[in-house]
Amino acid sequence: MVDITLTVNGAIRTGSAEARKTLADYLRDDLELTGTHVGCEHGVCGACTVIVDGLPVRSCLMLAVQAAGSEVTTIEGLAPDGGLGPLQQAMWDSHSFQCGFCTPGFVMQATALLSHHPDADEQQIREALSGNICRCTGYQSIIDGVLLAARRLRQPAGQGE
Amino acid sequence: MKLPQFDYQAPQTIAEAIELLAKYEDDASVLAGGQSLIPLLALRLARPAVLIDINGVSDLAGLSLAHGQVTIGTLTREYRAEESDVVADRLPLLAAALPLIGHAAIRSRGTVGGSLAHGDPAAELPAVALALDATFVVRGATGERIIKAPDWFEGYLTTARRPDELLIEVRFPAAGPGTGASFVEVARRHGDFAIVGLATSLTLADGRISDARLALAGVSDVPVRAAEAEDVLIGEQPSAALFGEAARRATAGLDPPADLHGSADYRTKIAATLIRRGLRGAADNASERQANG
Ligand SMILES: Cc1cc2nc3c(=O)[nH]c(=O)nc-3n(C[C@H](O)[C@H](O)[C@H](O)COP(=O)(O)OP(=O)(O)OC[C@H]3O[C@@H](n4cnc5c(N)ncnc54)[C@H](O)[C@@H]3O)c2cc1C
Ligand code: FES
Ligand code: FES
Repeated sequence: MVDITLTVNGAIRTGSAEARKTLADYLRDDLELTGTHVGCEHGVCGACTVIVDGLPVRSCLMLAVQAAGSEVTTIEGLAPDGGLGPLQQAMWDSHSFQCGFCTPGFVMQATALLSHHPDADEQQIREALSGNICRCTGYQSIIDGVLLAARRLRQPAGQGE
Repeated sequence: MKLPQFDYQAPQTIAEAIELLAKYEDDASVLAGGQSLIPLLALRLARPAVLIDINGVSDLAGLSLAHGQVTIGTLTREYRAEESDVVADRLPLLAAALPLIGHAAIRSRGTVGGSLAHGDPAAELPAVALALDATFVVRGATGERIIKAPDWFEGYLTTARRPDELLIEVRFPAAGPGTGASFVEVARRHGDFAIVGLATSLTLADGRISDARLALAGVSDVPVRAAEAEDVLIGEQPSAALFGEAARRATAGLDPPADLHGSADYRTKIAATLIRRGLRGAADNASERQANG
């Protein structure tokens, strides 16, 4: 076991992990943050996407010990009071999800995109989300949700829509 | 699929990493971005006893331009290279290839050296390195070796690196304003490995092609230079007829593999189409860069 300390959703978390434990499993099993989903466990579905030091990362392709000293944001960290963040609200309003298994991955990937490119257009959004798999929606409503969020985030509060 | 057990080592310097490699050799795998190695572990296609994680070796990351060469430290993340002005200005071919690698979340962690050390014949960066005649610098307990790209790629996922050697950096000749590039590929979905891909770099001088470099991905167990096409192009003015002839010559001797994603015949046809498309794109890019340069 290796001792690790990392910041998760703003809180410092100290613990220890077996070297072979992925960050995804550490978040879910040790920190009980089960909002991060694991689908394929080898990098192809995107369900496990979290944000590490500002960048979208597949938490099934990173070891927990490699996250020591990093700042990790998971789906639970987007709206700490149990409410919905602006992206989550826009995706809710756009019926972006059905079964919800892929949801945390899409939301984290889209969060990373909008934080770096608040002006992202439809093409950029499609490209950024191309690594996330959804078996239910057909993607259109997910793209609509992210586009709506981008539009709302660009508008000062109280205007439009 | 959980990862198999391994002994985990996290050296902080190049010397420490090399010492560990000398000790464990074949029993160890170097862990860079992990975007290829961790899936291989999960699927039990790789079972190293020891993982040597080089992510803490900061000397291995970095990008610099000197003496007409761009030197890229092996641990330079793919997204970093993608955002680099030096790459945009002086390595247009690498700049064109990087956004085609997987997805943003892969490029956040994946490294330039990791892709080249992995040596997937369908990957973008090996074709780029071969087209540009990149130079690989490896270091082991007995010293440093310099290996040119044609000798680096030895076979499917096999390179000239010995088990006790660490890839340190890769050097690419910097492009001048007369050089344009394109990377074109056909993939099932955006971000997938290419069925066939093509790296093209063209240099124009007084309206004629003075240097042509083409390398195909996905047509063999290593990236393949399209030398016959290059010979046809040198000294000529860019035209659709010329590019068509180059495509015919380059694909005449191809014998690509057949698999689930496409027959040998299909791959050959794609290669011909990509060569016409890639040459057009690189010629246009060269004119643009000349105008701006
Ligand atoms: C979903 C998905 C899609 C992808 N799509 C593409 C794609 O379209 N195109 C593409 O090119 N790649 C793709 N990749 C792979 C990605 O580019 C990898 O990042 C890259 O191939 C390996 O780089 P890495 O830094 O992650 O290396 P690792 O996975 O850490 O290592 C790969 C191999 O190289 C060795 N190695 C790494 N660094 C060194 C070194 N310095 N010295 C000696 N040996 C070393 C390792 O031991 C290992 O054998 C994809 C990956 C995923 C998960
Ligand atoms: S669970 Fe990580 S990408 Fe599928
Ligand atoms: S909503 Fe079911 S997988 Fe996306």
